[in-house]
Amino acid sequence: MSRPGNPEKPVLNIEDLTVAYRQGDEWLTAVRQVSLEIRAGETYGLVGESGSGKTTLVLAVMRYLSENGTVRNGKVELDGRNLLALSEHEMRKVWGRQITLVPQNPQSALNPSIRIGEQLAETLRVYPGLRPAEAKRRAIELLEMVHIADPERVAQSYQHQISGGMQQRVMIAMALSTEPLLLILDEPTTSLDVTTQAVILDLVRELIRGRHTAALYVTHNLGVVAQVCDRVAVMYGAELVEDASTRDLYKNPLHPYTRGLLDSVPKLGETKDKVQLRAIQGQIPPLGERPSGCVFRPRCPLAIEVCYERPPLYEPAMDRRSRCHRWDEIDRGEGERRKRAFRFGGKEHSAGGKEHSAQQPPPAAAQMSANRVDERPVVLNLQDLDVHFPLGRSLPELIRQEPPRKVRAVNSVDLEIQRGVTLGLVGESGSGKTTIARAITGLEAKTSGRIELLDVRLPAKLSDRDLETLRHLQLVFQNPEEAFNPYLTVGESLRRPLVTLMGKSNKEAEEEVARLLEAVRLPPAYARRLPGQLSGGEKQRAAIARAFASNPDLLICDEPVSSLDVSVQASILNLLNEMQIEHSNSMLFISHNLAVVGFLADKIAVIYLGHLMEVADARDLFEPPYHPYTEALLSAIPLADPDAEQEQIRLEGEIPSPTDIPSGCPFHTRCPRFLGDICVEEVPPWREHEASGKRYFCHIPVEDLLESQERVFVFEKQEQ
Amino acid sequence: MSAAFSEAQVIQQSAAPSWAQRFASTVKRLYTRPASAFGASVFVIFLILALFGPFFAPYGLNQIIATEARQPPSTAHWFGTDNLGRDVFSRVILGAREILTLSGLGTLLAVISGTLFGLFSGYQGEWLDEVIMRFFDSLLSLPALLLALLLLGVLGPSSNSVLVVIVIVYTPIVARVVRSVVLSVKNKAFVEAARLQGESLGRLLMREILPSVLPALAVESALRFSYAIFLVASLGFLGVGVQPPSPNWGLMVKEGRNFVNQIPWALYFPAGAISIVVIGVNLLADGLKRALQAPGSE
Repeated sequence: MSRPGNPEKPVLNIEDLTVAYRQGDEWLTAVRQVSLEIRAGETYGLVGESGSGKTTLVLAVMRYLSENGTVRNGKVELDGRNLLALSEHEMRKVWGRQITLVPQNPQSALNPSIRIGEQLAETLRVYPGLRPAEAKRRAIELLEMVHIADPERVAQSYQHQISGGMQQRVMIAMALSTEPLLLILDEPTTSLDVTTQAVILDLVRELIRGRHTAALYVTHNLGVVAQVCDRVAVMYGAELVEDASTRDLYKNPLHPYTRGLLDSVPKLGETKDKVQLRAIQGQIPPLGERPSGCVFRPRCPLAIEVCYERPPLYEPAMDRRSRCHRWDEIDRGEGERRKRAFRFGGKEHSAGGKEHSAQQPPPAAAQMSANRVDERPVVLNLQDLDVHFPLGRSLPELIRQEPPRKVRAVNSVDLEIQRGVTLGLVGESGSGKTTIARAITGLEAKTSGRIELLDVRLPAKLSDRDLETLRHLQLVFQNPEEAFNPYLTVGESLRRPLVTLMGKSNKEAEEEVARLLEAVRLPPAYARRLPGQLSGGEKQRAAIARAFASNPDLLICDEPVSSLDVSVQASILNLLNEMQIEHSNSMLFISHNLAVVGFLADKIAVIYLGHLMEVADARDLFEPPYHPYTEALLSAIPLADPDAEQEQIRLEGEIPSPTDIPSGCPFHTRCPRFLGDICVEEVPPWREHEASGKRYFCHIPVEDLLESQERVFVFEKQEQ
Repeated sequence: MSAAFSEAQVIQQSAAPSWAQRFASTVKRLYTRPASAFGASVFVIFLILALFGPFFAPYGLNQIIATEARQPPSTAHWFGTDNLGRDVFSRVILGAREILTLSGLGTLLAVISGTLFGLFSGYQGEWLDEVIMRFFDSLLSLPALLLALLLLGVLGPSSNSVLVVIVIVYTPIVARVVRSVVLSVKNKAFVEAARLQGESLGRLLMREILPSVLPALAVESALRFSYAIFLVASLGFLGVGVQPPSPNWGLMVKEGRNFVNQIPWALYFPAGAISIVVIGVNLLADGLKRALQAPGSE
C-alpha cells in the first residue's frame, strides 16, 4: 500500500495565501502571504500560539472560513487542482474523500444519537460506495486498524459510552477510511490526558507512515511535533516565520521566535536551580494591532534598526526558510552573545541542543538545595485526608437501603510542605489534585483527616476559619479569565485583601496596590483598568499580586499556566519563583505537566485516582527507582527533541471511575508491572529508597525496581 | 516612530470607563437598532407625558362639557369626547401618570424584594434555597391574574392594593431570574477569591455578585414593567383595581365598552395607548438585552 511520495509534485500546495476577516469597516489580516508544500507521505507540523493564524489557515484550506472571512490573495492546490476556484458542489466531492479532518474535540464531532459503527459505515456507503453489509464489515476492520480491542462492542456503542481517547481513535479511523490525499489533524490530543495522548500519537505515527497520505498536524505543543512530524512550519502573528525539517528546527532554529519558544518551555528534568527559563518578553499582539515591519520585532531580543522593515522569507539552505533579517548571525551563533546582553540570557543553546547553565543559579535556590529541605519547619501538614462526594441514590437503591455511592476524589493523603519549599502535585485529570487544593483552602469541605497549617488544625469549612488563617493561605486560580470580577477595576480587587486581611485603611491600601503591581512587573496604571482590558498573562500576574497581598505562608497554585500561551508561561513561572525567593513562602504547585512541575518544585508528589503514588525530591523523580505509574507517565511525555531516547511504556485500558476505585492497589488495573493477586487484594505499603529518600506506594521492593528499571528518557549524549 | 505612536495609543485607552461613559455607550448601542430605538422613544415620550401631563392636556381630568358629549375626533377634541362629555385626549394623557406611577412603583418594589430573595437564596443554597424557592413556585403555579383577583378580594380595591398585588405577583419571577444568574456566578474563581479574602456576606452579594446580575435584572425589570402596565390596566378593566373616576386606561376601556357602537373612539384611544406603551417597553427590554454586556467583553 505504501508508495514512496513523489518529491516533484506536492499534494498540497499553498501559495502566497492571505486571509482576512472583516470586523466592522476594517479588514484584519489573519494569514499573510503564507506558502507551504506538503508532499505525499509527509507529516507536516503547523505550530503556533493562539492568534497565530494556524486555525484560519486550515479553515481556508478546507474552504470552511466563516461568513466574514475571505481569501484575499493566493491559491490552494490539492493535487494540482485549485480548491479556491471550486464550487460548493464540487467541494463536496473533496470533503471527506480527498481531505479529511481529525478535530480537536471528538465529542462534538461524533453524532451522539447514532451508533459508532453506523457512523463509520455511513461514510463508507457514500464513498467508496460499499454495499451496507460490506460497509459494516469494513467499519469493524477500521476499528481494528486503530487498535480498538473490542471493535464489535465499540461499533454498537454510542459516543458517550466510550472514552475520549477511544473517540479520537474512531475519528482517526473515519478520517483514514476514504484513503484521503490530505489528512488534517487539528490539535487531536489537546483535550486528552498525557498517557492517552501517547497512545494516540503512536497510532498517528504508525498509520500515517505507512501511507501515501499527506498530513498536516496543527498544534501548539512543540513536544508533540517533535514526535510525529517530518517537517515543521512555525506561525506567529499571521505569518509563517520559519519552516524546516523537524531535526533542523529543533537543533538549530533560525528565527528568534522559534528559538524563544523552544527555550521558554522547561525540558523534562530541568530544575530551577540549574536553569532559568528564558521567557519571551511582552505578549502576542492582537489581530488589529500588529507592529509594522517584522511582526516579532517588539518582543525580539535581536531587534535592530533593519527590523522595522518587513523581512522576506530568506532561504538559508535547501528546504529551510526563515523570516528574519538576522538569520545568518543566528546561524553563526552571534545572536547568542547579543541575547545575553539583551537580558534574554540564561542557559546556553549549544549546537548539540543540550543545555547547561551558563548563569549562576539563583542564590536562594542554591542554598535550598544545599541543606535538606526535610529539616525545615513544617508549614502545611495533611494527615490521612479524605474528600468524598456522596451521590444521590435512585429509588430502588433507597428501597434496598444501599449506602449512597461516593465519588472518592481524595483518599488517605499524607503530605508535608516545609517552609520555603515548593511541592509539586502531578496527576492526570480526575486524579483529585484540584480537590486537594480546594480542601486545603476550605472551598470544599474535607470528609475526614487533618489539615494543619503552622501547627494549627484547620476547620473543614471556609466559613468556620478566622481571618488569621485566611491571611496565611492564598490561592492562584487556573483560569485567569475568571479570577477577577469583570465589573471591578484591578486596583479595587487588589485593594480588598489589604483591607480585609491586613487591616489597612483605604488610603494605605491604595499605595500598597501600586507596590504590588510593580512587584509582578505590571505598570501601576493598570490599577484603573478593568480585567477585560488585560491579556491572559497580565491577569495571571495580577492574580499573583493579589495572592501575595497578605504575604501568605502557603501559596497554592492550581495549574496557573495551563491556560496561557507557551510564550507567556515561562515568565509566569519565573515570576512565581522570584516571588517565592523574596517572600520565602511555601508553595503547593499543581499541574498535569511534569516538565513544568519538575522545573519549579523542590519536591514532587504523583497522584492517581486520589491516592498518592510517589513522593520524591524533584531531582530524584526522574531517576529510577520509579513507581510504575510515574514510569509510565514519564515515558508518555512527548519530548521536544527529535533525538531524545525514551522508553515506550503505554498504559492500557481506561482510568477507573473514582466512584469505583479498584481494590488493593488502585493502579493494578493498568499497571505494566502487575505482580498478581497481591496487587488486587492487598493495599500496597509505602516503600522508601534510602539513597534519595524517595517514597512510593507499591508492592514491588526497591531492589527489584532498581534492577528492572532504567532511566526512562535520555536527551542525546550527555556532554559535560 | 510608529512604535512610539502605537504605545501612546495604548496608554490613552488605559483607564476603565466611568459609569457615565458606560450609560452613554449603552444608549448609543440601543439606538443602533430601529426597533429598540422605537421602544426607547415611546418610553421616553410617555414618561414626559406622565411627568408634565397637565401641561399638555387641553381640558381637565373630570371636566365635563355636557353640550359636547359623544363627539367624534375633531380639532377641538383630538380623540373625541366620551359618553359624559369628557375630553378623551386629556384623559389619556393624564392617565399616563396614574398608570406609569402605579406600575413603575410596583415593579421597583418587586425588583428590589425579588433581587434580595434571589441573591440570598441562590448564594446560600441548600435547605434555605429549597424553602424559599418552593414557596415562590407555589405562588407561580397560579395564573397571575387569578392570584391578583384573589389578593384584591382580600385587600379590597384601591391603588395601594394594586401596588401590593404587583409586588407579590412579580417578586417570585424576579427572584428566579436573579437566582439563576447567582448560581452561574457564585462558583466562579473571583467569588471564591473574595471568600478566601474574608469578605463579608453582604459585600460578597452586593459587590461581587450583584454587578453580574444587573444586566439580566435590567432586562427583566423592563419586561416586568410592561407586564405591570398590562396588569394594572386589566384590573381596572375588570373593575377590581383602581376605581372611577380615575383616568385608568383599563377603566376607560371598560366604560367605553358599553357604547362601542356609538362612540368607538372612547374605547380605541385608551386601548391603543395601552398597546403602544406595552409594545414600546417590551421592545426596550429586548434592546437592553442586546445592548448590555459585561464591559470589556467586546
